[in-house]
Amino acid sequence: MTEATLASAPPADSLFRRNLRDFRSNRLAMASVIVVLIFVIMAVAAPLIAPQDPNETDLFRRLQPPAWIEGGEWAFVLGCDGLGRDIFSRIIYGARISIFIGVAVIVLATGVGILAGLAAGYFRGWVDVVIGRIVDILLGFPYLIFAIGLMAMMGPGLFNIVLALAYKEWVIPCRVVRGETLAVRELEYVEAARALGAGSRHIMWREILPNILSPVIVVSTIRMANVIILEASLSFLGLGVQPPTASWGSMVSDGRAFILEAWWVSTFPGVAILLLVLAINVASQGLRDAFDPRFSE
Amino acid sequence: MTLLLEVTNLCTEFNTRAGLVRAVDGVSLRVSRGECLGVVGESGSGKSVTFASVMGLVRSPGRITHGMIFFDGRELRDMSPDEMRATRGRDIAMTMQDALTALNPALTVGEQLSEVLIAHDETLPAGRAARRVAIRDKCVEMLGLVGIPSPQSRLAQYPHEFSGGMRQRIMIAIALACRPKLLIADEPTTALDVTIQAQVLELISDIRARLGMAVVLITHDLGVVAEHCDRVMVMYAGQVVEEGPTEQVITQPRHPYTRGLLASIPRPAMRGQPLTPINGQVPDLVGLPPQCRFQSRCPMARPECLVEVPMFDAGPDRRARCLRLEDMP
Amino acid sequence: MSFGKLLERIIQLIPVLLGVSLIVFVMLALTPGDPVQIMVGEQSITPEQEAELRRDLGLDKPMVERFFIFLGNAAQFDFGQSYYHGRPVSAVIAERLPATIELSLVALIVALVTAIPLGVLAAIRKNSVLDRLATVGSLLGVSLPGFWFGILLIMLFSVHLQILPVSGRIGYASEVPTVSGFLLIDTLLAGDVRAFGEALRYLILPAITLGLPMTAILMRVTRTSMLEVMRQDYITFAEAKGLPRRRVLFRHALKNALIPTVSVAAIEMGSLLGGNMIVETVFGWPGLGRLVVESIFLRNYPLVQAAVLLYAVTYVLLNFIADILYTVLNPRVKL
Repeated sequence: MTEATLASAPPADSLFRRNLRDFRSNRLAMASVIVVLIFVIMAVAAPLIAPQDPNETDLFRRLQPPAWIEGGEWAFVLGCDGLGRDIFSRIIYGARISIFIGVAVIVLATGVGILAGLAAGYFRGWVDVVIGRIVDILLGFPYLIFAIGLMAMMGPGLFNIVLALAYKEWVIPCRVVRGETLAVRELEYVEAARALGAGSRHIMWREILPNILSPVIVVSTIRMANVIILEASLSFLGLGVQPPTASWGSMVSDGRAFILEAWWVSTFPGVAILLLVLAINVASQGLRDAFDPRFSE
Repeated sequence: MTLLLEVTNLCTEFNTRAGLVRAVDGVSLRVSRGECLGVVGESGSGKSVTFASVMGLVRSPGRITHGMIFFDGRELRDMSPDEMRATRGRDIAMTMQDALTALNPALTVGEQLSEVLIAHDETLPAGRAARRVAIRDKCVEMLGLVGIPSPQSRLAQYPHEFSGGMRQRIMIAIALACRPKLLIADEPTTALDVTIQAQVLELISDIRARLGMAVVLITHDLGVVAEHCDRVMVMYAGQVVEEGPTEQVITQPRHPYTRGLLASIPRPAMRGQPLTPINGQVPDLVGLPPQCRFQSRCPMARPECLVEVPMFDAGPDRRARCLRLEDMP
Repeated sequence: MSFGKLLERIIQLIPVLLGVSLIVFVMLALTPGDPVQIMVGEQSITPEQEAELRRDLGLDKPMVERFFIFLGNAAQFDFGQSYYHGRPVSAVIAERLPATIELSLVALIVALVTAIPLGVLAAIRKNSVLDRLATVGSLLGVSLPGFWFGILLIMLFSVHLQILPVSGRIGYASEVPTVSGFLLIDTLLAGDVRAFGEALRYLILPAITLGLPMTAILMRVTRTSMLEVMRQDYITFAEAKGLPRRRVLFRHALKNALIPTVSVAAIEMGSLLGGNMIVETVFGWPGLGRLVVESIFLRNYPLVQAAVLLYAVTYVLLNFIADILYTVLNPRVKL
């Protein structure tokens, strides 16, 4: 295929730039992106930022209140948990788990979803039927139940969580990609490429995929917020990463024992989940408005 | 004939992102009892918005900024929303372009017909059972009037179970259920097949004669106007550009736009001559300068046309918005 | 909808139900650890006894055969023995099920009665303060982790204000004879209004927590579809008929706007079913969800398997019902 024939495809690049400009002018969405970035930096540079060792217990600081309450210290801003560990440092380290799992699940699921969706939408026929059946069956499970069932069987652990969530998550990008592929495969430039004798693989990867990527990215970011909540829920139930590793869900769970005397133990990790998830949701809504206006209100 | 509807200097504006759009700009018109007025213009000429204003159905971001709308001796703009509601459907009724979208897909035809009666008809008996029978009888009568075969059995059906022409008839039946004094028919035939168009227009003319109601026929088809309307009003870019008795306007147009419209439709009298479309496009209504709006497309335009042009008398009962109406052949 | 079409739809359910059962079966079959070892625990048994147990459990048969035995048993609600309770799994589940159904239904009702009016109001008064609050609220609603929200509610209403109970389903002092298993019904059957009020007080916080994400989503869907419907010609035509405003809004607009809301409500029942486990854990609600979580830690796998299957089948059936409801509500769609 030569450069000249490629020119018949829609100019995806300039459209992308215009959309990006739209997105940048959305202040709320940009603020959310900054919040997400702060969490990412927290996760990446946790050892540099965290004021304390997240796993160091100190029974003298057991349930020490936040700094602004009598008995608190600024070195332990958000107070300490039942084992005297610094909550703020544990939140910073907890960001690693949430963000790692969110990104890993979405990358894995989107990759598989794109492959399956492209195949189903492009080849149609029995490929479509088989993939469609698998999708239908997986959709038959409520998400959390499916993940809990898998975690119960596989046992806890970081990679098991990623697998347990990705096993079902790929269905969502798969359906989006399939639908978009069905719409795009009949378009002129795809027909033209086919007429010029381009192979299936070339058409799928070079002609179709670049033009359906926007909705896939939009859906993936929305889903990431969901995955983070699911991971936190699994950790809350004790099915996530195992102690003493700090994860937001298990921190909230630990704090349940102290709701009578130390509200901060459960409250602050939950605030972290809410902030991150909310920021991702707002940012992805901004993305959707800019990149995929069909679905915005 | 006595006056039924009188609109004076009506302005309706829409606040859009691109700027303020004056969709209706100083429209005045009169409709007498029992009369049929044709309103002609391209889409975007303001003809639909004018009558949405009359009905009090202009939606945000649109609003009526000034003008008077007298109907049957009352100023509609002074009415409370409840009074306006009581007038709509009872005294002024409207049909829309496409019955498929105007009829609610989730409600039966019987319900959509009877609810108008329930809202407006004060002659219905008080007792519940008697009331139900009376409503049913009236629905059957109305469907019969618009020519729907075996109406009793079709009341329980949904709009999608009818053909396009039948749906149009049902919409007309709903509009006429309370015997209004004025029917505003917005493009009643555009969505229909040619063969059914004639039937629907015939139906409207027929019922108009029988019930003695006035009709405003909004259309972009001068042929329809010629056949059915006593008077015609031509609109362009939010303004009335010409009005008068149909016969005279069609045989002797006094505005170049009307002439252009006439030249662009096939007519038996002009057989053999080529059709000439009007060049150019309707101007963007945002930020229009105060000058003749048609001059950019007008074959007769001159430098002096770049001023605001008022309506001029153009003979008995005729008016046109053109500086050069005397030069018209 | 014709009977034939309905039958066709029901037949289409079969492969999905089979696939769901297969996955649930495989989940257990692939579980690391030997079920016999788990059952026996610390007791020491002879190899002969072990082999006999294995035969009794059908573990000596090939996988495919075991799957069909599992299917046949599942069809008769036979999921084996719950090692921990020493009773059949189905009996244990049946005992816990009413509490979960009661909680889920109340949560569903809470979600519907708050989401639909709020969504409609937000759409009618678009861009008003209420609309903006509703938009922010629904964004918060989908972003709030349920388990944390539940704990916040407990801290506020139970610990701080002390107006609602912390956990459980009813106080120890209340003795309600079990008839239906639904406390709200049983207390009324017993004529015990005080106990009914108490049961209701125990229900409030869990139901709100469980219903919150659904409320948020349904409100958004109702608002969007209401706005969409209000733009339709048939609303203008209904206005042109001079109908009372209430009738235009509720009969003409809402009836159409509710069609997507009902579909989404059915899909979101999945979040309600999954949320059970979280909310029952947070509020110590003695239902199926908490039983499952406890059973996981007790390695009581047959019970977990049965419960996951039950949840999945329920979800598939709910989606099926939503499909049927969609066609009933929407006369344009012919099945």
